[in-house]
Amino acid sequence: MTGLMPIFRRELAGYFATPVAYVFIVIFLVLSGVFCFYLGNFFERGQADLRPFFAFQPWLYLFLIPAIGMRLWAEERKTGTIELLMTLPVSLAGAVLGKFLAAWAFTAIALALTFPMWLTVAYLGQPDHGVILAGYVGSLLMAGGYLAIAACISAVTKNQVIAFVVAVVICFIFTVSGAPLVLDFFAAWAPQTILNAISSFSFITHFNAIVDGVIDLRDLVFFASLIGFWLFANAVVVDLKKASG
Amino acid sequence: MTAMIEIRNLVKQFGPLIAVDDISFSVDRGEVLGFLGPNGAGKSTTMKMITGFLTPTSGAIDVCGHAVADDPIAVKRRVGYLPEGAPAYPDMTPAAYLSFIADVRGLRGADKAKRLDYAVERIGLTGVMQQSIDTLSKGYKRRVGLAQAILHDPEVLILDEPTDGLDPNQKHEVRGLISEMAENKAIVISTHILEEVDAVCSRAMVIADGRVVADGTPAELEARSRFHNAVTLRLEDGATATAAADLAKLDGVAAVEPDGNGRLTLFPTDGAPILDSVGQLVRERGWPVNEIRVEGGRLDDVFREITTGRAEKPDQGAAK
Repeated sequence: MTGLMPIFRRELAGYFATPVAYVFIVIFLVLSGVFCFYLGNFFERGQADLRPFFAFQPWLYLFLIPAIGMRLWAEERKTGTIELLMTLPVSLAGAVLGKFLAAWAFTAIALALTFPMWLTVAYLGQPDHGVILAGYVGSLLMAGGYLAIAACISAVTKNQVIAFVVAVVICFIFTVSGAPLVLDFFAAWAPQTILNAISSFSFITHFNAIVDGVIDLRDLVFFASLIGFWLFANAVVVDLKKASG
Repeated sequence: MTAMIEIRNLVKQFGPLIAVDDISFSVDRGEVLGFLGPNGAGKSTTMKMITGFLTPTSGAIDVCGHAVADDPIAVKRRVGYLPEGAPAYPDMTPAAYLSFIADVRGLRGADKAKRLDYAVERIGLTGVMQQSIDTLSKGYKRRVGLAQAILHDPEVLILDEPTDGLDPNQKHEVRGLISEMAENKAIVISTHILEEVDAVCSRAMVIADGRVVADGTPAELEARSRFHNAVTLRLEDGATATAAADLAKLDGVAAVEPDGNGRLTLFPTDGAPILDSVGQLVRERGWPVNEIRVEGGRLDDVFREITTGRAEKPDQGAAK
């Protein structure tokens, strides 16, 4: 893990050195609010919880997280700084994790800034704070999953637009893999066990379980192993592609 | 003298292309090795393998006693590297960028401040430290890359075209810096500028088609030039034509060529010194000489001969 901390600090500071961070945070907060209050009927439901807020988060992340992740490695390859980074005394794991954790910390900051939602429900009623906290934990884990995918795809190409589009598609597949949209495609010919396996990859299924307030070890393991797998793939791709122009 | 860089039978293949073809050499402390060669000769590829960016197809590289393949981090700690084109994070200021490099290099506290001050001062970056790197001129970007490479006072410096894009004054400064640091480091630079080899390198290595085709001190390379020990002289108008005919008959003179600016260049046979006999003849005849000098040899001439001559050699594979 040599070099993890300096890389983490540089990457995180990098978000705030350009308008990217502020644009992202503002858009994230505005869309979170709009989805929650208008599409989620936050007031009409008359319940003191954040379920409508969390319900739209997978769809928000689907587009916003690849936007954060797309530059992680594509930019290094485009500007040639990857040669610099990989000849500094840093390990591959340190570089991959440092970058990922910085981007994850940044999404955590954006997510934390939604705290007025929590204050609102706390003011309006008596919400179950444990359930809300679980929702935030689940949301952060899910963001990590999306981000690990986006980071890995970003290492495949020098072009950030391609990185973004491909990452959105893969994230979309993981988001809806429990829905008929995906399952019908396999249902005609694949056995039930495979269908179950595919639907078990659904971010939404695991996320909803956590938002319900049940932090099941299986859901935590799902997101953790998913992040681990994609980061491992990320390291492999970086090592293979670093020299190809 | 211990070899700081030791390279044995290095080969790098990109698909069907052999970029580096069985190169072996070593660089000692105190040496400044200049890599010369046409574009695509394998100079940068060799540097990228020494610094651990590329993995060799075969062969071994030791830097300061550590094998690059076994302990890349130990090697990278001891090496300062300026990659080709001096890449740096464009959104950062030199101050933030160099501070990041210092952190990665494990420099802390007073030590970090001291090394940063030294590099910034020595490279002349003081005025631009708070400007983002992408707004800097090409010369300043190169200097930021140089500052990054020397920041941790490495034992081994690998500089890929360190003076590319610098103006003559900056080139002079950078060469001065390299010469100054040479004493207790092993330095490898690549360059297209042949005068640079003369100015800073204690040893020059010409690479063509992935192979070492010449290796020696710049003076040894120059001695291979047909200009080595040639005598150039300028006579007052009118005398040139008759003198050329007489000089050509002189013992030891292989050829006499006008250089197009009213001077005559006398090429010696087998590179033997001819100044004495030329001087004698000039005195005997009483020619009015305005200028006379001995040529040391021209590196660009040698360079062209070595690197293009190879291509005309018969293909050994086809002969079998």
